[in-house]
Amino acid sequence: MMENAIAWILIFPLFGSVACAILGMGNKKICYPIAVLSMAGSLWAGIEALRQVIASEEHTISYIFGGWTLDQYPRGVGIEFYADILGILITLVVLGVGLIVAIYSKLPVQEETPGKEPLFYTLFLLQITGLAGICLTGDAFNLYVLIEVAALTGYGLIAMGSNRAAAATFNYVMLGTIGASLYLLGVGYIYIKTGTLNMIGIQQAIEANGLADSATMQVAFVLVGIGILIKMAFFPFHAWLPNAYCNAPTTTSCLLAPLVTKVMIYVMIRMVLSVFGVEFSFESTMWVDVMPWLVVVAILCAAIMALAQREIKRMLAYLIVAEVGYMVGGIWIYNYYGFIGSIFHVISDACMTLCLFLGAGLILRKAKTTKFDGLRGLFGKMPLTMTGFFIGGFSIIGLPPTCGFFSKWYLITGGMVSQRWEYMVVLMFSTMVMVVLFFRLIERIHLAVTESGENLGHGHGDLGLNAEQTRFDEGPLSMLIPLLVSATIVIVVGIYNQDVVSLIEIFLSDYNLPRGTGH
Amino acid sequence: MFEDGSIINELFIERLNYLIYVVLLLIGLHAMIAKNNLIKKLIGMSIFQTAIILFYVSVGVKEGATIPIYLPEHDPHGSHASHSDGNETEQSNHGPVVLDAELVKGYSNPLPHVLMLTAIVVGVATLGLALALCLRIYQGYGTIEEDEILAKIEGQEMGTKPSVVVKSVDSSKPATSQSAKPASKPKGSSSPSPKRSKASPRTKAKATSPTTKAKTSGAKPVSPKRKAAASKSTTTGSKKSPAKPKTAASKSTTKAKPKPRAKPKAKPTARAKATSTAKKATASKPKPKTPKK
Amino acid sequence: MSAPEVTVIEDIRPLIALVAPLIGLIGIVWAGEKRRNLRETFTFLAAIVQASAVLSMVPLLLGGGIIEFHIWQIFTNVPLLLRVDGFGLLFACVASLLWIATTVYAIGYMRGLHEHAQTRFYSFFAISLSATMGVAFSANLLTIYFFYEMLSVSTFPLVTHMQDKEARTGGRTYLGYLLFTSLCLLLPALSWCYVWLDGGTVTMDFLADTGKVGEFSQTTQIILLALFTFGFAKAGLMPLHSWLPGAMVAPTPVSALLHAVAVVKVGVFCVIRVYSDIFGTEVLRELDGEDWLIGIACATILISSLIALSQDNLKRRLAFSTIGQLGYVVLGATLATDMGIGGSVLHIAMHACGKITLFFCAGAIFVASGKKYVSQLRGLGRRMPITMGAFMIGSLSVIGLPPLGGFVSKWYIALGALDRDAIWVVGVLLVSSLLNVFYLLPVAVTAFFRTDETEENPGIQEAPMACVVPLALTALGCFVLFFLSDPLLRLVKIIE
Repeated sequence: MMENAIAWILIFPLFGSVACAILGMGNKKICYPIAVLSMAGSLWAGIEALRQVIASEEHTISYIFGGWTLDQYPRGVGIEFYADILGILITLVVLGVGLIVAIYSKLPVQEETPGKEPLFYTLFLLQITGLAGICLTGDAFNLYVLIEVAALTGYGLIAMGSNRAAAATFNYVMLGTIGASLYLLGVGYIYIKTGTLNMIGIQQAIEANGLADSATMQVAFVLVGIGILIKMAFFPFHAWLPNAYCNAPTTTSCLLAPLVTKVMIYVMIRMVLSVFGVEFSFESTMWVDVMPWLVVVAILCAAIMALAQREIKRMLAYLIVAEVGYMVGGIWIYNYYGFIGSIFHVISDACMTLCLFLGAGLILRKAKTTKFDGLRGLFGKMPLTMTGFFIGGFSIIGLPPTCGFFSKWYLITGGMVSQRWEYMVVLMFSTMVMVVLFFRLIERIHLAVTESGENLGHGHGDLGLNAEQTRFDEGPLSMLIPLLVSATIVIVVGIYNQDVVSLIEIFLSDYNLPRGTGH
Repeated sequence: MFEDGSIINELFIERLNYLIYVVLLLIGLHAMIAKNNLIKKLIGMSIFQTAIILFYVSVGVKEGATIPIYLPEHDPHGSHASHSDGNETEQSNHGPVVLDAELVKGYSNPLPHVLMLTAIVVGVATLGLALALCLRIYQGYGTIEEDEILAKIEGQEMGTKPSVVVKSVDSSKPATSQSAKPASKPKGSSSPSPKRSKASPRTKAKATSPTTKAKTSGAKPVSPKRKAAASKSTTTGSKKSPAKPKTAASKSTTKAKPKPRAKPKAKPTARAKATSTAKKATASKPKPKTPKK
Repeated sequence: MSAPEVTVIEDIRPLIALVAPLIGLIGIVWAGEKRRNLRETFTFLAAIVQASAVLSMVPLLLGGGIIEFHIWQIFTNVPLLLRVDGFGLLFACVASLLWIATTVYAIGYMRGLHEHAQTRFYSFFAISLSATMGVAFSANLLTIYFFYEMLSVSTFPLVTHMQDKEARTGGRTYLGYLLFTSLCLLLPALSWCYVWLDGGTVTMDFLADTGKVGEFSQTTQIILLALFTFGFAKAGLMPLHSWLPGAMVAPTPVSALLHAVAVVKVGVFCVIRVYSDIFGTEVLRELDGEDWLIGIACATILISSLIALSQDNLKRRLAFSTIGQLGYVVLGATLATDMGIGGSVLHIAMHACGKITLFFCAGAIFVASGKKYVSQLRGLGRRMPITMGAFMIGSLSVIGLPPLGGFVSKWYIALGALDRDAIWVVGVLLVSSLLNVFYLLPVAVTAFFRTDETEENPGIQEAPMACVVPLALTALGCFVLFFLSDPLLRLVKIIE
């Protein structure tokens, strides 16, 4: 069982979802424990796989389903799961977030989608299967299938919300399908040129045949790139994200917001580094000149739009769009530190987004609103929740010692090394926007002042609320503890960032990235 | 004109498949983005996916090659296979045979086709899910026109504040219920609804009962104001070319009203049927239109 | 400033000073509003523990040692490292001793005014002090940055304590300035040093890497210098000073300890650190464009003094006075001479003692009589003789008259200016001292020598004892510091 850890990562949620679907017909109550248990099992397998990957000589594990052999050139047909450090790290993020959200989901699912628990958890576990599979697969076409598995289940999960969610999901389906189809098209071109779908095989073929200048491959690169950008809600293609995440049920947004976009960033890193290769991606295309500017535009617009929101979840959604810009920028400023920043930001952003959405879910549950106007006095009412929520907020701003600081540090350092001043400036700008966003929120909660500046109370801590509204009243423990755990993770990942970064450095040492230090 | 190497030759003779796939792709993309009707969007999506399937299948095709099933002379089990009389050797021949590069040329590449099986499955799943979503949207909002859905969402966001949008949506109900079915034709003349009560449990009523009333009301949220505006263009617009006002309507929400008119046409025929059939009726119409472009 | 021969001692005491307030915090929160005596005991205990931990390190330092404590590795080669040298220790002593005084004072003040949310107040106060200790004991730029940010955020609830409109305005200015500068100016500067020095191997350590910045081109150095100087906006240098008057909406103990001692002094402390231990005096002196920083510091001193003249609100007047005095500290650092830097280090201590006295008095007046404006103070000297007497002493110390602490530091700064042949700087110092006289003395004079015709002589009405005792003690401290200046100078290694 140990040697099959990679397979177990997927087997747990996959069979868990089947169990939910079947057993859930009899007893709805059984789905929640199944989901939690299979997530826990999967996480355990993931940690085991990480141990194996670190212990292995090449820091990679290849796991071939169905016993195909891939020895001949080009690395051939058959489904290979290929776990290197990057893949397994992101997988762990997926599984960790999945477990926390699974624990958190007990009450929200019962309350928001009563009677649909089996369906919900089936989709939930399939979603995890898809996302974890994306991180582990070593086959370009298989990646497409898994992307669609994750997307389809995601559509279902979101559409379980209100009518508005259904309408939002429809847009998501449209854009998601375009994105995935473009990716598929790109893979087709790659196949034409290289004759293989295996990621390593593609890389080998590009190197062996000198395909860097091939027009077909350039087209493939563009198609794959745009497909991924759509899927990750990069700025001009972000339209599906805010509506979908805002109107989705609480648990869904908690699960999807931290993971979906981040996993697609992973795909981009994977494509750029492992599939097309550093030389092809950065030296022989003009993307390296264009993308940083697109990133600048993306971050600027997303930050400004976030500023205009008056509702927590929607604000967070736009923040995600901005963060996607950070990470894409980290890739395309093209240097060692940028990549460390991007990869570390994938991890830290997943943690802090999770923290924020869990917090938003709790706020929604207690305050019955996530509009800014209804939040006054929540520090007194639910201090622990708000502490957790704002630890996530501080991390987004990038205050030490939360993990957000460290990822931002590496991104800035990357911008510095490549002398991409525009990227740095826009990073600073969006940081300031986030300061404004979160401290405006703190003001709204902490102070007794309306937006227009009128005092609501009589000073001296009188918030203009009655005793009932400020009485200490935290959310249920099954929701509160996941929030606090995720807030702790945000800080712990920050404090022990060195351990994570050294893993990332091992991964990046295989690639010839410019470090560019010196004068 | 069609000599070797000329671009035309290449495009239309040698690579016609690819040209068609690009055209289909663009048609599909256009429908997904520009169409206002959700079902039409879905049709676009299908076309889009089909285009990719065509592309992949074309990749696998070889001139003069056959389907990738063992030709008789290569088949270890077939009658033409080299029979040796000994039973043991026959046993050993039962496994798959690896053909050398020269023999392989006789077959078309099976892999893209296999991939497309998966892609088709994914596409069908997506389509099914999207159709289910359409159904929910229709139950929730009583329409599958994007701009109207947006207007209704906006109206809900405004909440209790009676905005223009809310009024138009709400008033449609009493208006249609009073003037009943015949009102769908002489719409321009129908007087403004006497009372604009905002008591509209429309979402519920529509979702549950597929009665004529519910359906018609869902299909034409025509505000008195809009009706007046629409009536000007009614005589010219509605009947002969529903496509034209529709595309124009997708641009601006205020002018969006010509569209509902197209639907009532289909309505009386499909009136008493279930909601899904009504949708199919609308869906069937645009279908021949899109390829024409 | 760093002597080449030092014995490095690994010791946990800096960490104790850092963590004591945080442990106290747990007690404070646990005790809560209901058991307020217990709660304030915890605060007091934390302050005592912190102060004794700090003071116990003084002999070691005077003996020529340096204490280090390694917390954890932030980046591959940059550790989060605590190191106690004379300069840091002096600052830590001032902050921790004055925290004890402020704790006592706060008890009197907060209870006297029946303030709300006192638990929150004491909690964040403790966190702020922890962060202050962290800054004082930081061994490299990143460590200092950590605690600097921690201080910015943890003081926000204190500034907005009143939770009303004014608090919002003040809080917005406060955070806007501080976070903007630290995130947008400081962080790039840090990153710059990290990336471009020696191929990313420089830890930006204050001891080991002094003067490494000299490898950069002149222009780069100037840009870096500017980024650092203005990035540490807590130093209140002129274009970025307005957060300080804004922060005066906070309760007086906050203004007293944080906005006269801890926060602003953290700012100038960081600036001095950068000047003396990152750039180093030699590099700095050879830098061509460095003179204009002296100019900015002088301008800050003069302009803020002039603004202070026009302020009627006592606390705002004191705030602008603080900005001016911070200008002295920065000025001493920009002079880039040992004397100048020594003077500015001393001025941190001297000014802290004087200014906290003044703020304590302002708060005591508010508690006893509810008066906030200078023009209301007529005849107050008779009603509150101790308070106003202390105010007088504090004023004189800030002005810089012997035998009060403020004199010594100003003297050394002037010496530093003479070392650089910058006579005009001495002129600026004189003029500004004169301005200090104009805006500070009238307060005490009005209180003592002008009577309010409308009021009968009501006899002595002092603020509660808990308020009066601390301010008397700090006033006494101004004298003591004058006579203690010798060991202090030895501590910061200006004289052997």
